[in-house]
Amino acid sequence: MKLRFWFLLPARLWMTVLLVAPLGIVLAYSLLTRGVYGGVERPWTIEAYQRLIDPIYLTILLRSFAMALAATGLCLVFAFPAALFISRATKRKNLYLQLVMLPFWTSFLVRTYAWLFLLRDTGLINTVLQKVGIIHDPLQLLYNDGAVLLGLVYGYLPFMVLPIYATLERLDPALIEAAADLGARPLATLFRVIVPLSQPGIVAGSVLVFIPCLGAYLTPDLLGGGRTVLVGNLVQNQFTNARDWPFGSAVSVLLMLLVTLLVWGLLRRESEPLA
Amino acid sequence: MKRWLAAYAVAFFAFLHLPLLTLAIFSFNSSRFTVWEHFSFDWYRAIFRDPQLIAATWNSVIVALISTVISTVIGTLCAYGLWKRRSRLLTGTLYLSLVTPEIVTGVSLLALFQWMFRWLHWHLGLYTVVLAHVAFSIAYVVIVIAARLRTLSPSLEEAAMDLGANEWQAFLYVMLPALVPGIIAAALLSLTVSFDDYVITSMVAGVDSETLPMVIYAMARRGASPVINAISALVTIFFGCLILISEQVREA
Repeated sequence: MKLRFWFLLPARLWMTVLLVAPLGIVLAYSLLTRGVYGGVERPWTIEAYQRLIDPIYLTILLRSFAMALAATGLCLVFAFPAALFISRATKRKNLYLQLVMLPFWTSFLVRTYAWLFLLRDTGLINTVLQKVGIIHDPLQLLYNDGAVLLGLVYGYLPFMVLPIYATLERLDPALIEAAADLGARPLATLFRVIVPLSQPGIVAGSVLVFIPCLGAYLTPDLLGGGRTVLVGNLVQNQFTNARDWPFGSAVSVLLMLLVTLLVWGLLRRESEPLA
Repeated sequence: MKRWLAAYAVAFFAFLHLPLLTLAIFSFNSSRFTVWEHFSFDWYRAIFRDPQLIAATWNSVIVALISTVISTVIGTLCAYGLWKRRSRLLTGTLYLSLVTPEIVTGVSLLALFQWMFRWLHWHLGLYTVVLAHVAFSIAYVVIVIAARLRTLSPSLEEAAMDLGANEWQAFLYVMLPALVPGIIAAALLSLTVSFDDYVITSMVAGVDSETLPMVIYAMARRGASPVINAISALVTIFFGCLILISEQVREA
């Protein structure tokens, strides 16, 4: 048993000093006063949290929530049929799975940049539409909410496909046959048997997509061009340009609370992949 | 319904992979615009003429290699320790590192370093990037190794100890060799997440320690450029090679 102690020690130390302590510092900073030259000063105060109720910031929070929710919903709609297809494939199942996994191994930054390249004024989509003659002037496809939503869906789609596929794969085919034998049409079987039974995968996938979308920083910054401010951009801005660390910390604390409550509430019953 | 599903799957995979493919194709276009002129390597040559890009790539490689070695060792030992007996606290901490939004991880590490620098007169640099990368990679390594450990029978270790090995020898001579494929897969995953990270890195990197994603990001914020296409293609090929390696390892 002594071995186990020494084996766990480095991970415990590293995670305590470089994850738990920093989060603790952020919690402390959120209760301090903004320093004259940036940083923080005493006295202790809850002023940063009071500012969160300001309609400007409430709007940003609600927008982030709506954006994450929309991205999760779209991912679900796009991912479910794909997962169903892969789970039913008789040949080349591994190839299909690897095609879904591939983005995990590709740079997230590069994949987001790909849309910047496609959607810009002189990008492929505008060029093609102009050549064909559907439009005369380039459409403003980039730097709006739609572009951010597209980037989020594209970025996190694989996170939705894999858990749903995993539950569909475990689904007893006899249940589907039984539904058909009892006279259910394919669509009825899909919505009243297959979808309800794949609920664990849907929940897991939704959490995996919703959480990173809620705190997204890179996608709204690149594809929203600074116009689509989400809560992640708010945090970054408070720590860099605005130099208001207590407020940035308060937003971070709120974000952490939302995220941990969500994960804890929804995934508590799932099995633990770590141990 | 089957035919509909198959048609949908084609569209789905096209959506997933065509953007990157187009990006790569246009990196060989001689024109700056998205109209095909003729084939050229100009943008690739431009990469190698840019000292900032070379320096940043070098920084990224150094950070990725060092943080991969450290996080793989720590993560492997941790997964093995947890496999022997669970620890709710440590598992919870690892989960916390997975769910913390990247930007929060970034600013909290920045806050920690700035707080430490009040006493130590150091500055942000490449080493702060390495410290941060290890912190977020450990959980990934533990997941991969834990999955591998679950496929191994606990009696393997018991048999070794029955035959006279102590706990350490059972780990070193019996369990560790059986874990090698998992360790390589974990190291490759750690390498990719480190090499790709922008959000956390940008918060904790010093002024003279820009990484490749930071340079790509700065260029992309100024608008698309064929040079970024070329770098993107190279990065994608690099990651592609890593997958091929990890596939070979998994089959071995």
